[in-house]
Amino acid sequence: MFRTSLYTNLTLIAAIIVLAALPPFLGIYYGNLVTRLMILGIFAMSLDLLIGFTGLVSFGHAAFFGLSGYILGILMMDTESASLFWVLPACLAGTALAAVVVGWFSVRTSGIYFIMITLAFAQMMFYFFNENTALGGSDGMFIFSKPTLAIGSWNPLDLEDHHTFYYLTLVSLVLSYLGLRQLLRAPFGQVIQGIRANENRTRALGYATNHYKLVSFIIAGTLAGFAGFLEAMHTSIISPAHLGWHESGAAMMTVILGGMGTLYGPVIGAFALGFLHDWLQDVTTNSMLYMGLFVIAVVLFLPRGIAGLPADIARLLRRKPPTETEDEP
Amino acid sequence: MNNEQKKGFSRRTLIKGAAAAGGLAVASSFVPYRFAIGAQAKVKVGILLPYSGTYAMLGNSITDAMKLRIAAAGDMLGGRPVEYVAIDSQMSVPKAPQNTSKLVDKDSVDFVVGPVHSGIAAAMAKIIGKRDQPIMIVPNAGSNAVTGPLCSENIFRTSFSNWQPAYPGGTLMAKEGHKTCITIAWKYGAGRQMMDAGAEAFTKAGGKVIKDIEVPFPDVEFQAFLSEIASLKPDAVFAFFSGGGAIKFLKDYAAAGLKSIPLYGPGFLTEGVAKAAGAAAEGVRTTLHYSADLDNPSNHAFRAAYEKATGKGANVFAVQGYDAGSLIVQAMAKVKGDTGATADLIKAMENANFIDSPRGPWKMSAAHNPIQNIYLREVRNGAQKYLGIAAKALEDPAAGCKMA
Amino acid sequence: MSLATFLIQLLNSVQYGFLLFLVASGLTLVFGIMGIINLAHGAFYMFGAYVVWWLFGYTESLTLSILLGVPLIMILGFAIERLAIARLYHRDHLYQVLLTYGLILVLNECQKIFWGSDFYSVPVPELLSGSIPLTENQVYPVYRVFISVVCMLLAAGMYVLIQKTRLGMTIRAGASNREMVQALGININWVFAIVFSLGAALAGFAGMIGAPISSVYPGMGDQILIISFVVVVIGGIGSIKGAFIGAMLIGLADTFGKVLVPDFASMAVYATMVVILIWRPQGLFGQPVH
Repeated sequence: MFRTSLYTNLTLIAAIIVLAALPPFLGIYYGNLVTRLMILGIFAMSLDLLIGFTGLVSFGHAAFFGLSGYILGILMMDTESASLFWVLPACLAGTALAAVVVGWFSVRTSGIYFIMITLAFAQMMFYFFNENTALGGSDGMFIFSKPTLAIGSWNPLDLEDHHTFYYLTLVSLVLSYLGLRQLLRAPFGQVIQGIRANENRTRALGYATNHYKLVSFIIAGTLAGFAGFLEAMHTSIISPAHLGWHESGAAMMTVILGGMGTLYGPVIGAFALGFLHDWLQDVTTNSMLYMGLFVIAVVLFLPRGIAGLPADIARLLRRKPPTETEDEP
Repeated sequence: MNNEQKKGFSRRTLIKGAAAAGGLAVASSFVPYRFAIGAQAKVKVGILLPYSGTYAMLGNSITDAMKLRIAAAGDMLGGRPVEYVAIDSQMSVPKAPQNTSKLVDKDSVDFVVGPVHSGIAAAMAKIIGKRDQPIMIVPNAGSNAVTGPLCSENIFRTSFSNWQPAYPGGTLMAKEGHKTCITIAWKYGAGRQMMDAGAEAFTKAGGKVIKDIEVPFPDVEFQAFLSEIASLKPDAVFAFFSGGGAIKFLKDYAAAGLKSIPLYGPGFLTEGVAKAAGAAAEGVRTTLHYSADLDNPSNHAFRAAYEKATGKGANVFAVQGYDAGSLIVQAMAKVKGDTGATADLIKAMENANFIDSPRGPWKMSAAHNPIQNIYLREVRNGAQKYLGIAAKALEDPAAGCKMA
Repeated sequence: MSLATFLIQLLNSVQYGFLLFLVASGLTLVFGIMGIINLAHGAFYMFGAYVVWWLFGYTESLTLSILLGVPLIMILGFAIERLAIARLYHRDHLYQVLLTYGLILVLNECQKIFWGSDFYSVPVPELLSGSIPLTENQVYPVYRVFISVVCMLLAAGMYVLIQKTRLGMTIRAGASNREMVQALGININWVFAIVFSLGAALAGFAGMIGAPISSVYPGMGDQILIISFVVVVIGGIGSIKGAFIGAMLIGLADTFGKVLVPDFASMAVYATMVVILIWRPQGLFGQPVH
């Protein structure tokens, strides 16, 4: 059962209030950065559903993130403006379809093979766009205009405006979190967590585990597509590198660093990594060296991520050794 | 065995580490350049270039030479001291909007110098072209679009458009009596544009391109394609690769016994790699807007100064960086350091004088791309040998640019 | 395609297959036998190439440089295993992915700091610089034949080591049940450390012996990393024979992909992998997973 303590809930509410109050103080750059980190937070959260709750380690999750951006790019190619109300569903449907195909074949494998087959599918998609000259090849493509929320002549929100987009992203983040939380508390969520804890036992209880894993994979892929949609709208550019294994790896890193199996952890991870990178850029030209050392240190010394830190500290104070893997998150 | 290799690891690194306090080598060490305090308002030059990964050499060459040029002006731009803000682009398009925003919105730089990668150039141009400031100077990325459909008042290029070094190569092949050729390049923007330009010129001069081979980027396994070339027996091969890929292509081409089919290409095929490719590169003829052995006083002076500062020989990328520096120095002198006078600044940059560029005289086109000589070079004894001018004062067609 | 062209492309496929097995050989041990997802495999490969180039500057002999260089990479691998990898054996694969991802970043920066960002190359040894005529205008370099031979010896050597020797049995047993092997009084930690450093050394060796034909440049490790995983996975984790056949299959898919479907050449490799994994989820010669 996925539960959050009162303490956690209050902290999350406080965090949302802070994020909502921030924009006037951020300036354009940090406004953009926080917007992007919230988007990456949604992306990482979607991966957490797979890694942290279903026990499926996907090494190709960025494929869905990028694919959605490409669908947006293709839809916006020959049009001056399009309505968000059909563009967004189209992107999500396209991504979901891809997730059905990839998931269908992938969930039959497990362990290392699952990691590798998701990687292979992602690489295929990467090369598909990388070599597709009509879509800009390795340089990628532009999204010249953003979809609008206009209905007829009435336009409730101007998405070109930085602040508006910031709040749209924030709302998306909160809704994604609440949606996943509900999902995990529903019977479906309990089954997939059962799969993670012990797939054989869950199967023995009469659940078609592959079925559940597939649905989880599709939900995660679609949500990643939603994040990719926001990212493409935000930066107006999409490239094959968005689908590459480096991005998939970075997403995994975000999940672990933040704390997998918590949903909010990956968002913390996205912010921690984002601001760390931002700071390293300012103080050194070898930022990747320190980034790498940081990742290694986290893996070795902080296996439960930042979200697990309070619990780790509490355990330390009570002088109990921390358990490294949890069966029930 | 050459000196370059002997110096290799130990000595150069030690010197670099020890001398990190001064000189150009600083670029690669731990320096909190953002914390310098200055009484006078500094001119901020933002740099977005690769300092890691396959193209780090390009980023370093460009940066070193640009700093060299600005240092020669006393590190002052129009009477104001200069401050650099450098970001490693990591050749990452996904990170490009964020990095550009950092330079433009957070650091409020007056100039942005970059990038190497055409995809990043497009991302930058998209952000910067919409505004009045800063001014963007492209010191490498050759995408035709940058001074084509994406061209803008405040975007300048001191390097080349992909069309420029390739087009004369096609003409040259035909002129040297070849009737058929095969084009081979990486399947990405720059490769495509260069092959199109070369093929266009070759066809126009009466030649025929019998096959266009696109190698998946950045794959370096050429064997299957070399066998194809051998079986099709063209009169000549027109190729574009760069860096490590170029070395491997040249070596594989020679090792497959194909040297009987003359190899041509845009100069990047042999630029900076001729020595490493050794005998395999001998005799390869290329066209480019620079040749290391150009006999003009500015080139000699530049090469000597660059070697003194970095311990390395200058290449075409360094020249492009040097001219980017020159462009900033000249324009800032003209407006007496007033970066707010954007219109005047742009005008000054359009009229900047490159009579003493190491690559020979050139000037800005209406689309803000160099109108420059393209030289014919041949690799002899591991170095470029200048053979003559392949195209004089060549201007990019700038298709799609509203300013041209 | 004429018969002659077909045969030549077949030769190219096999040759490329050998090269792939060579670059994947280290991963076959580390990932295939020990089950560690080592993304730093490419970085070891790159380090090998740089080290041999650096040593060549002093020794001017490829053989000598390789003999000196292999132990260096082995020490590097050993240190990394003891300091970091060793702490992850009882954890999820996820952590290996991340840790070695971090290692890539660190090792790439080290390469930049040690050797700079220029492109280098190492000449082919005089003795092996000849070529064999193939058609009227194409020849085959002897050095490539030499690499194929080295690769065959390597494959045979590894097969014997893993399948026939006591050490090999210990390694295989240790990979499937650490505690059991430990209980038998074998210091499994040392065995794993040795195998990991052997894997690193093999990756480095591939970079070294390949340096004369592939040139030495930053980021070269990235080029071979994913394809190495493809080779091992197709063959089936834990099988040297599988990795060998996997390499040959990829060599074929890549070469004929380039010739027959040039627009989607690089997808051909991954499509092959996907098809094989759908057909046999445990790879061609892998043990079925439970």
